[in-house]
Amino acid sequence: MQRYLGLWLYLAFSLVLLGICQARWLTPYVQLVIMFIGINIILSSSLNLINGYMGEFSCGHAGFMAVGAYVASILNVWLFTSHKVFGPPILTPSAAVYLFPVTLVAGGLAAALAGLLVAFPSFRTRGDYLAIITLAVNYIVKSSVENIQAIGGARGFMGMRKVIEEMEAVWRIPWVLLWVLVFTGLTVWILHRFVSSSYGKGIVAIRDDEIAAEIMGVDTRRMKLVAFMLSSGLAGIAGGLFAHILGYINPGTFTIMKSTEVMVMVYLGGMGSLSGSVLSAVVFTVILELLRPLQVIKWVVIPLLLILLMLLRPEGILGNRELTDVFPKLRRWFATEKEA
Amino acid sequence: MDLLLQNILNALQWGSFYALIALGYTLVYGVLLLINFAHGDIFMVGAYIGFFVANFLLGVYAFKLPVSLSPPLVFVLTLLAAMVLTALVGVTLERVAYRPLRRRGAPRLYVVITALMCGLLLENGNLALLGASRRSFPTLIPTTVYDVAGVLVTNVKILVIIATILVFIFLETVVRKTKLGMAMRAISYDRMAVPLMGIPVDRVIVFTFVLGSSMAALGGVLFASAYPVLEPYMGALIGWKAFIAAVIGGIGEIRGAFVGGFLLGFVEIFVAAFFPSTLRDLIAFSILLVFLSFRPTGIFGVARATKI
Repeated sequence: MQRYLGLWLYLAFSLVLLGICQARWLTPYVQLVIMFIGINIILSSSLNLINGYMGEFSCGHAGFMAVGAYVASILNVWLFTSHKVFGPPILTPSAAVYLFPVTLVAGGLAAALAGLLVAFPSFRTRGDYLAIITLAVNYIVKSSVENIQAIGGARGFMGMRKVIEEMEAVWRIPWVLLWVLVFTGLTVWILHRFVSSSYGKGIVAIRDDEIAAEIMGVDTRRMKLVAFMLSSGLAGIAGGLFAHILGYINPGTFTIMKSTEVMVMVYLGGMGSLSGSVLSAVVFTVILELLRPLQVIKWVVIPLLLILLMLLRPEGILGNRELTDVFPKLRRWFATEKEA
Repeated sequence: MDLLLQNILNALQWGSFYALIALGYTLVYGVLLLINFAHGDIFMVGAYIGFFVANFLLGVYAFKLPVSLSPPLVFVLTLLAAMVLTALVGVTLERVAYRPLRRRGAPRLYVVITALMCGLLLENGNLALLGASRRSFPTLIPTTVYDVAGVLVTNVKILVIIATILVFIFLETVVRKTKLGMAMRAISYDRMAVPLMGIPVDRVIVFTFVLGSSMAALGGVLFASAYPVLEPYMGALIGWKAFIAAVIGGIGEIRGAFVGGFLLGFVEIFVAAFFPSTLRDLIAFSILLVFLSFRPTGIFGVARATKI
């Protein structure tokens, strides 16, 4: 019981949140912000695996998000709704209730395959050159999507709203929120288990010294492959959820700006700190929403805040430490986290 | 044949802009090992400063010069003023944002994030101050078109290409022949030992930023003369691409920046000439990806020896 306290707490929290949303005590706007927080947690913690734990500099996370978003949305629209390009639904629309997570994971798998585009060059390239490759992959994905007219090209793709409506027709609960909560929890859990396993420690070993890690018997190639595919796959799932929250995506959403935003969250939280990533995703999203009334000035204030943060505390909120290191008493609650 | 020559000329001009910006990345990277992601926006700042200086000299604003200057003279003065003022902006960034981090010995990546934020700050600060409306750069050099054997050559194109070549020769001399250049190369070779030799590291770094930023301003004013529409985000995309050019050439090498810049220019222009222009980014970046997979450190780059 004690061992899984974190899991139980998260489950209870999710159920309470779902209940509150079901009872419509929150405005749709607040629900939207909560969903974005979940997505940002997935994005920042998955990028932290590459940038923080593995010590590479990946700056094209939005590209993988785009792959996941497009694949999941197209699958859903093609399978469950009638669309002017894809024709009538292939399956009964109500099947969306069961198959939604499947299509979401399919989007994640597609993004993981796109992650290979970065993983293979990473065997020979390191540091700044690899940064460029990730950047190039981001551009390639965005540019490819723009050039496929069947899925709307630069105009964007919509129709996901109908899928959600089909799901809500079966059972009237906030479906997207449910899946955001499930996948956020799953992501944090997977990443946590991964980086604290003796297998996953190989990633930290690569950060500290790649050649030494190789000599000590870490299969660096496979480690990089796993890390890049896991990270981009999770980003793809985040992208799929993102598409279904908004009901509309266009290639312009997944630019370097989006990647930068994710990177900022990682660095704000601290490299190599999973709880830092989660915390900073929450803080950053909330700040972003609070500053919304400032409009144009918002994007002046945020960089300024971050520059100040870097000057005053360059290692981020929790640099290379977990919450359990800062507050050791928490360890009692998350007994699985660090078996010290 | 004519079409080919015409495209080569266009590619040379387009590559010149990339080369001039890539240079700033390469200089800073060569000395500090820092990717100065704000550099594309310094290019934008250079173009805007050029815009205001040129309009001031032309007597558009309430403050006027007592004499009216001829447009070519205005162009030269604009260029010089923009280069000086933009260099100041670059040095300010270094002073305010990068130097304190360097003093604390913060890891490189934190400085990179700071640079990214500085870039965003410049872009959006401009947007907040001047509004989203586009501005058109005044024509200082009236375009004359020469028809050389069927190839259309404009004086702006020639000017851009010649300026880039001159800059290349100038920088190669500075880096290879002068004491300052030697100090720059020394710092990139060994950051720890160089201060012990009595080399004023901070001064050399400031000088690097001055060089890089003023070349970006030169690029900016020339770009604005060739494509006279200014907007706050003009530096973002061209900046990323110039960075890519610098990497293709082998970052940290001045020759690499120029070769990479022209190469990227050629690829983009020729893709746009023979394929639908929407495919430009796709093909250009795919080529980059394939290229870097085969030659991971760029054209002139040398893999650093790794010690265990």
